[in-house]
Amino acid sequence: MSENKRKIEVPVMADAFAKGEKPEYLLWVGSAGAFDDRYKKVTRAFVKILEHLKINYAVLGVEESSSGDIARRAGNEMLFQMQAMMNIEILNGYEVKKIITCDPHAFNTLKNEYPDYDGNYEVIHHTQFLQQLIAEGKLKIESDMFKDKILTYHDPCYLGRANGEYDAPRDVLNAIPSRKVEMKRNKSNALCCGAGGGQMFKEAEEGNKEVFIERIEDALATNAEVVVTACPYCMVMMTDGLKYKNKEEEIKNYDIAELIEQTLEL
Amino acid sequence: MPKVLDKVLGIQHKGIYYLIKGTMLYTILFILLWVAAIAFFSWNVKKIRRNIKLGKDIEIKDNRKKRWGLVMKVAIGQSKMFGLPISGILHLFVYAGFILVNIEMLEVMVDGVAGTHRALAGVFGFLYPIAISSFEFFALLVIIGCVVFLIRRNVLRVNRFWKPEMKWWPRLDANLILITEIVLMTSIFFMNASDYILQTRGAHHYKEVGSFFLSSFFVPMLQNLPTETLHIIERTCWWLHIVGIMVFLNYIPYSKHFHVFLSFVNVFYSKLGPAGKLENMPSITKEVKSMLSGEEPPVEEEGEEVSFGASDVKQLTWKHLMDSYTCTECGRCSRVCPANITGKKLSPRKLIMDVRDRLELTGKNIDKHGKDFADDKSLFDYITNEELWACTTCNACVNACPVNIDHVSLILELRRYIVMEQASSPGELNAIFNNIENNGAPWQFSQDDRMLWADELYINEK
Repeated sequence: MSENKRKIEVPVMADAFAKGEKPEYLLWVGSAGAFDDRYKKVTRAFVKILEHLKINYAVLGVEESSSGDIARRAGNEMLFQMQAMMNIEILNGYEVKKIITCDPHAFNTLKNEYPDYDGNYEVIHHTQFLQQLIAEGKLKIESDMFKDKILTYHDPCYLGRANGEYDAPRDVLNAIPSRKVEMKRNKSNALCCGAGGGQMFKEAEEGNKEVFIERIEDALATNAEVVVTACPYCMVMMTDGLKYKNKEEEIKNYDIAELIEQTLEL
Repeated sequence: MPKVLDKVLGIQHKGIYYLIKGTMLYTILFILLWVAAIAFFSWNVKKIRRNIKLGKDIEIKDNRKKRWGLVMKVAIGQSKMFGLPISGILHLFVYAGFILVNIEMLEVMVDGVAGTHRALAGVFGFLYPIAISSFEFFALLVIIGCVVFLIRRNVLRVNRFWKPEMKWWPRLDANLILITEIVLMTSIFFMNASDYILQTRGAHHYKEVGSFFLSSFFVPMLQNLPTETLHIIERTCWWLHIVGIMVFLNYIPYSKHFHVFLSFVNVFYSKLGPAGKLENMPSITKEVKSMLSGEEPPVEEEGEEVSFGASDVKQLTWKHLMDSYTCTECGRCSRVCPANITGKKLSPRKLIMDVRDRLELTGKNIDKHGKDFADDKSLFDYITNEELWACTTCNACVNACPVNIDHVSLILELRRYIVMEQASSPGELNAIFNNIENNGAPWQFSQDDRMLWADELYINEK
C-alpha cells in the first residue's frame, strides 16, 4: 500500500457558499478546539477522519465565536445571548442544518439552548457521528495497536448527565480492539473533571483537594493505560491529573477521535 | 378507678374500659381531636402554600402525560432512591409500611366515631386476620427501617448526615421522626396482643377476631397481667396510635418530613428535557435583540420591576421554593457534588435548606408585619459567593436527588444576580467575559487566529 501525504485545506463555509456549495455538515470547532494547544490536536485528528471518510463538511473559520456556554453558566446571560444571537445569524445565513462538534459544551448549548433564539439545528457530538459511521459499516477499525491496552472512558458531564449520551462513546471504543474497564463512578454517576461552569478559567475555591485529582484517582484505580475523554475541558483536567500523579509517561490521555486517527494511521 | 368518675360519666362501673370507650364523651373527644388536628394541619399547609406562592409565577403545564409518568416512576416508584441500595430498600420498608399500616386508620376512624370495636372484622370475615397480620408485618418493616436509620445516623455516623449544615435541629428533627415512627408502630403490636388476650378471656366488647401473626409473639409477655391492666394497655396503645398520628401529622409542616406530601407534587413539576438546558431569560432576549438591531431598547412598563437573577426568595420561582420545602435533607446531592467531595464550602443541600429557612422567615415576617414587609436581609446573608462559585454545573446533585430538586437552576439564578445586578463576579471570570466579548473566546486570542489550528495539516492517503 503506497502512502503519500496530502495537505488538507480545511473548507471554510464562506468560500463554499461563495461557490454555491452547501456542505452537508458544519464542523463547530469551538474556542478550545481552535486555541487550546492540546485540543487543537483533537480537532486536527477529527478533520483527518472527516477527510478520510470523504465527508462533505466545512468550518466557520474566523466567523466562529464562543458559543457562550461559559458566559451563561457563570451568570452572564447578557453576554451569552449576544454570542448566541451572533452565531445564529451566521449559521442561519449559511443555511446550516447539521452541526458536528467535538465539544460537549458547545454541543449542549447549540442543541438545547440556541433553539430559544431561532437557532434550530441537528447537533451531533463527534462520538455520536463516529458511532453512526461504525454502525453503518463506513468506518472499520482493523488495527490491533490497542489490542492489549486497557482503556477507561471518562464521561464528560455535558455529554453524559446533561444530555444522556453514555452509549455513543462506548460503542466507538468497543469498535476498537482493546480492553475496556469502567471507573467505579461512571455514566450518570460519573464524577465531574472539575472544569465545567466556568471553573476551567479560575482558581478553585478553597478545599482539601482538587477535583481533577479526585477524578484521576478513579482512573488510576482501574489500572488503565489509556484514559479516554471526549471533551476539551476534561482533556485538560485529566492531563493535569496525570501530571500531578507523575503518570504522564506511563498513562496516555486521548480523545476518542485521536484513538480513531491512530488506528486508521491517518 | 374512682367510682365518682364512673358516676360522672354515667356508667355503671364495669372497668376502666367504659371510661374511654363506648360513651358519647369518648366519641365527642375522638371527633374533636381529629377536627382540631386537621384544622391545625390545614392552617400550616395553607401557610406553606402561601409561602411557595411568594415565588415568581411560572407556568408548568406542558406534557402532563410525561409528568404523571415521572410521578409513577420517581415519586411513587421511588426509582431514584435505589441509587444507594441499602438506604433505598430501608426507605421502601418505611414508605410502603407507613402507607399500608395507615389503611388500618380506616377501621380506627370507624371505631372511633361509631364507638365500635374492630368494626371491619365482621365485614371482612376470614380475610380480616390476614389483613391485620400483613399490616403487622409491614409495621415490623417500618421498625426495622427506622432502627437501622437511627443506627446509621447516630452510631455509624454516615458522612452525609454529619456535614456542617446538619446542625442540632436537622439532626434532632430526623431522630424525632424515626423515634415517633417506631413508637407508633410498636403500639400496634401491644394493642393487638393485649386485644387477643382480652378476647380469650371473653372480655366484654372484645369480639373474637383471632390472633395476628406477629403480635402473637407478644402474647406471652402480657399473658399474666390482670384483665384491667390489659384494658389499659390496649386502650393506651390505641389512643397512642391515634393521638400519635395526629401529633405527627401536625409536626410534619415544621419538619423536613414534609417531603411525604410534597415529593409527589414536586416530581410532577420536574424539569423535563435535557438537564443541560438552562432556563432562558426572555427579558434579556428583548434587550439583546434591540442592541443587535440598533433599535431603541423596549420601554419598561410602569411598575414592572425586572431584576436579573435572584437575591431573595421572591425573585426565585415558586418551583425553587417548592424544591426547598420538598427537601428532606438526605444529602445525596452533596454526597456526589465534586466541590463538596473535595472539601469546598459548597453543599447543594445547604443551599436548598437556606432557601427554606429564608422563606420561613419571610413568611413569619409577613404574618407579623403584613405582606409588604421587607427586612434588610437577602439570600446572600445565608449563602456566600464562595459557595456559589464552586459549582461546576455538572448536574450530579440533580441526578442524585430522589425528588427531582433542581439545585443547578437555583445556583444559576443567584450567580445571575451577582454578575448582572451586583457586577461582582470574581476577577478571573470578569477577564473571561471581556475576552469573550472582545475576542469571541475565553482566551486572549484574536478571532482572526481561529483557523491557525488547520495550518500544515497533512493526511496519509492510502
